[in-house]
Amino acid sequence: MSSGKHLKGVHVNHCKNTAGVQIIPMALPEKVYIPMSMHIGAPCKPLVAVGDHVKVGQLIANCDAPVSAPIHSSVSGDVEAIEVFMTQNGRPDTNIIIKVDGKQEIAETVKPPVINSKEDFVKAVRDSGLVGLGGASFPMSIKYNTKPGQVDTLILNGAECEPYITVDHAAMLAHAQEMVDGMRTAMKWLGIARGVIGIESNKPDAIAKFKSILSGADDIKVCELRQIYPQGAERVIIYETTGRHLIAGKLPADVGCIVSNVTSMLKLQQFLATGMPLVTKFLTVDGNAIARPQNVEVPIGTMICDLIEFCGGIKEGVEVKKILLGGPMMGRAIPRDDFAILKSNNAVLCFDGTFAQQNKETACINCGRCVNGCPMNLMPARLSRAYKDKNVDMLREYNVMTCMDCGCCTYSCPARKQLNFEIKQAKLLVMEDDKKKKAKAEAEAKAAEEAKANEQKGEAK
Amino acid sequence: MSIKHQNLVVSAAPHVNNPVDTAVIMRDVCIALVPALAWSIYIFGFRALLLTAVCMCASVFFEWAVRRIMHRDSSTIKDWSAAVTGMILAFNLPVGLPLWMAIVGCFVAIVIVKQLFGGLGQNFANPAIVARIALFVGFAGKMAEWSVTGKMAAAILNASPDAITGPTPLALLAKGAEVPNNAQMFLGFINGSMGEISAAALIIGGLYLVFRKVISPAIPLSYMATVAVLALCFGLDPIFQLCAGGVMLGAIFMATDYVTSPITTAGKIIFGIGCGVFTMLIRQFGAYPEGASFAILLMNILTPHIDNWTKTKLNGVEKGGKK
Repeated sequence: MSSGKHLKGVHVNHCKNTAGVQIIPMALPEKVYIPMSMHIGAPCKPLVAVGDHVKVGQLIANCDAPVSAPIHSSVSGDVEAIEVFMTQNGRPDTNIIIKVDGKQEIAETVKPPVINSKEDFVKAVRDSGLVGLGGASFPMSIKYNTKPGQVDTLILNGAECEPYITVDHAAMLAHAQEMVDGMRTAMKWLGIARGVIGIESNKPDAIAKFKSILSGADDIKVCELRQIYPQGAERVIIYETTGRHLIAGKLPADVGCIVSNVTSMLKLQQFLATGMPLVTKFLTVDGNAIARPQNVEVPIGTMICDLIEFCGGIKEGVEVKKILLGGPMMGRAIPRDDFAILKSNNAVLCFDGTFAQQNKETACINCGRCVNGCPMNLMPARLSRAYKDKNVDMLREYNVMTCMDCGCCTYSCPARKQLNFEIKQAKLLVMEDDKKKKAKAEAEAKAAEEAKANEQKGEAK
Repeated sequence: MSIKHQNLVVSAAPHVNNPVDTAVIMRDVCIALVPALAWSIYIFGFRALLLTAVCMCASVFFEWAVRRIMHRDSSTIKDWSAAVTGMILAFNLPVGLPLWMAIVGCFVAIVIVKQLFGGLGQNFANPAIVARIALFVGFAGKMAEWSVTGKMAAAILNASPDAITGPTPLALLAKGAEVPNNAQMFLGFINGSMGEISAAALIIGGLYLVFRKVISPAIPLSYMATVAVLALCFGLDPIFQLCAGGVMLGAIFMATDYVTSPITTAGKIIFGIGCGVFTMLIRQFGAYPEGASFAILLMNILTPHIDNWTKTKLNGVEKGGKK
């Protein structure tokens, strides 16, 4: 920590019930459903046809667009269908449906990449199919394709500040050495001098593990983060580890940082060592309705209901009322459980009716808890009021676009207002207004140009 | 693959809440007022408890009734905010005030100041303060009649136990008479409004609120510091000025009312300093011996402006500067 100052946040009950539980591989499901859009950017196009036999690690979909990540088969089997299904994001998407044969043959293409230059390294990152596994699903190759000298710090994000989720913790305990090796490789090819591993202080065993591996080394440091949500948010971890502020709309590279999730780094190292791309995902399955909470290694494309079944299903006599993908602070509540696990998922939490209750909103009492909880130093109550008035200028004045949806405001509101939800809507409002303004400006520019052209024509005559 | 579970509850993140809600906060304020209440019962006797109970019940009743009449959700009485208003109003009244006058005060506070402006969170001024001022203007005689009813009070104030009036320290000071010493002032062996006599009991309540993170110490500290500094400037005893009249009750429990005080720490400090300045100016130059309630009311009205002057700034961006 470069300064004594910290960003604000909220204390949330950790509920890390599965802490220290080893990650076990899941038994293969009957079928997997692999959607074409598991990353931010252009969706992939299938490279296989119905009836084709595919193997583990085989490239089955790709895209030429710069912002995208290839997709590999997580199982061996036959392509049964290529159909459009609803995904967990609430959008329909093309899915490659593979009937699993259970042999898990490894594709011939799976071999360690040969790397001789930075370009080779960035290509290898792209070929690994990796996206930001912390949840943002931003293609990792874009992040790592930096200009020379632009980035001086590689930050490994092991904060895992969301309640319940413990997979990163388990992965750190089991694979710390590989993570450090991956960091050193990335630092070598990208010319980065300094590495930082940020871990929240509620994981002392992981901190100790990294410290013992790194004892005597001065290229990578372990940074113990406070137990305040959201330490794992990109902008927060950059500030807490380097003292640099990442302003909304800028990328970490603009302040000389790359932030990677610990599991992303592990998967990258495994790809560099074995050539096996991203085909499985570590997930925490927990919640008060699940029979056997545990950490599971799941083939990408597995149906959530199959995963729940693998964890013993729902407790007997309990009715599941809410299923979250991700933690309770930023996770998404899904209406049904027949969605495929994507690259970016890191938890499936099942809860009964007591958790699913909706609180009644009451009047804002101007207590300021939302302001005191906001890591970005915004005034959520003001934004909520501006949103209700549809006052776009006021929304801009109070910097609505800086909000990163961490949910601290809603969490701390004693009036139980859905502040974060309103701010999300407010951001859409501002974006729409931006679009309108841009269209108007363009139309005006065009009209002015035409008028000028006409004038010139007139002169010519 | 078959759907096992459907029709699940879908809602926006986050899916958990801090257990502290409005009712918990308001209840904490009531708890924090209990030491001061206990002290006034000790000094003034049972009448203090009766006055408090009547004010609390009347306030809750008015909240319920007026919301019913206006076809609004009357379950807001469960948030304890009306009870807090009633309790604080009672603390601002002379213990011997006729109960019907106290009920009129509750009507002013809840119906006129709070509900007619839209209920909790919408009032521009602290309801208890406006009610106190309304009673002070409307029933000037009774509101300035510091009758001593309790046996203890009679003994302490060296008067016979039958209803007798004893002046407040500020009134004594204005007359140039001998005033109680600072230990008596701090502990509360003095006359005055029911709940404001013991600085010690009010500070205990304040510490509880700070410990429970219900209030930030910014307003009380800046208010008290300003009073102390100005007292020194005017050549007065700062401890006497802090413990006399409504400064302690005002600084800890009334100026910190969320709805009518600024939201940021910078704003809170400006607010506290403003309260202190106006309190001392009224005490020193005004026609009334006490100015805390007028000072807080004035600053309540300035709160929206203070809020506009003291917006939070973005991380890493200078105020008003470019990104």
